[in-house]
Amino acid sequence: MSTHTIRLTVNGHEHVAEVPARLTLADFLRERLDLTATHLGCEHGVCGACTILLDGETARSCITLAAQADGSEIVTLEGIAGDGEDLHPVQQAFWDRHGMQCGFCTPGIILSTIELLDEHPQPTREQIDEALGGHLCRCTGYVKIVEAVQEAAQAMSDVRVVGRSPTPTRTRP
Amino acid sequence: MKPAPFDYAAPTSVQDALGLLAGNDGAKILAGGQSLIPLLNLRLAAPDLLIDLRRIPGLDGITRAGNELTIGATVRQRRAERDPAVREAAPLLTAALAEVGHPQIRSRGTIGGSIAHADPAAELPAVLVALDGRVIARGPGGERAIAAADFYRGFLTTALADDEILLAIVLPVAPPRTGAACVEVAQRAGDYAACGAVAQVTLDDAGGVSDARVALIGATDRPFRAYAVEEAIVGGESIAAAAGHAADGVEPIDDPRVPIAYRSHLAGVVTRRALEQARSRAT
Repeated sequence: MSTHTIRLTVNGHEHVAEVPARLTLADFLRERLDLTATHLGCEHGVCGACTILLDGETARSCITLAAQADGSEIVTLEGIAGDGEDLHPVQQAFWDRHGMQCGFCTPGIILSTIELLDEHPQPTREQIDEALGGHLCRCTGYVKIVEAVQEAAQAMSDVRVVGRSPTPTRTRP
Repeated sequence: MKPAPFDYAAPTSVQDALGLLAGNDGAKILAGGQSLIPLLNLRLAAPDLLIDLRRIPGLDGITRAGNELTIGATVRQRRAERDPAVREAAPLLTAALAEVGHPQIRSRGTIGGSIAHADPAAELPAVLVALDGRVIARGPGGERAIAAADFYRGFLTTALADDEILLAIVLPVAPPRTGAACVEVAQRAGDYAACGAVAQVTLDDAGGVSDARVALIGATDRPFRAYAVEEAIVGGESIAAAAGHAADGVEPIDDPRVPIAYRSHLAGVVTRRALEQARSRAT
């Protein structure tokens, strides 16, 4: 089995690593970089728990090889809160709206929400469903998740309106 | 690690990729990997070598020349889905792309990969067949074009030879007054469809249907071109009546979740809905 030298940026940090061909990007992130917010559920691209941002777009890290990610820029859940922030506004909205129960699916859903709100700052219900349709949550029934996405959209647009940097408008209770 | 061990290569030219492929029965081409890597993780496939096309320049173009749209093998589905030039030239492709997996899959999945993988429940092969497109492939003996009607041979099987690589697909540009739609019935949104249909309708100056194209997704072991429906519509039958011919000549896949009778029924339903939507968009 061949090994490959990969160079990639993860959450703003550059990494150079030697990886076997069959190592998935998810395993690379979790086991080599200890970034364990990227969860592994089905490991064949169906459940969405392993979703990351790869060159600015959501992607399944369980069905992407680390070798394929050579040269790319990756953001995981660990990388979304800005300096000095406890939580990203989307995380804060999920906290406030209780948009999770066990939390296993949450990292992927948050990253897909960030991408959704980037493209559609005021998403319709249909756009939310389309963005989150690739994420299986077996606890919530999605009601609180959708509410959290809507709240995040509102919070982030409020921040934009008053012209501040996108920092959370509420603090953790 | 989930997959069985394999070697990986990312050659920088088609020539080098063909060299790696030649004489290696255990080699597989890797484009976006959104169908192949799940198969590796499940160990349903265990190739010796993956040949990744990502570093080969010139395979990621979308070009319109005359009445044809050419899409390179490594063009990612989401990019094509968002491309206004694709929407204008091939609205059926745009409509079908919105039904491929989920956005998180389409960001990595490629047009060429889906066409070559030949999953009977995949959307893009049905588009290729409905539009009478063609596949451009290169092997050791040179390049050739394969008509869509000759390309699909059965479950996960195409006319590509073991030593050939799909370089691009070519679709005819849609005429004016054309509308297109893709409709599926699946257990969950984004799942492989129990049955689906792609439909494209072109109107003449008087508002009559001058051309109709319909292909079924997931009905049988390959995309099924519903010529009987097309002829009925152009012959003046109503959409509802024409859709009644959808399952004519189909030998539906039988599986415990979707028995033959249900799948045959769905064929008519998705055909009617797709034609109605396509007709309403042809203005």
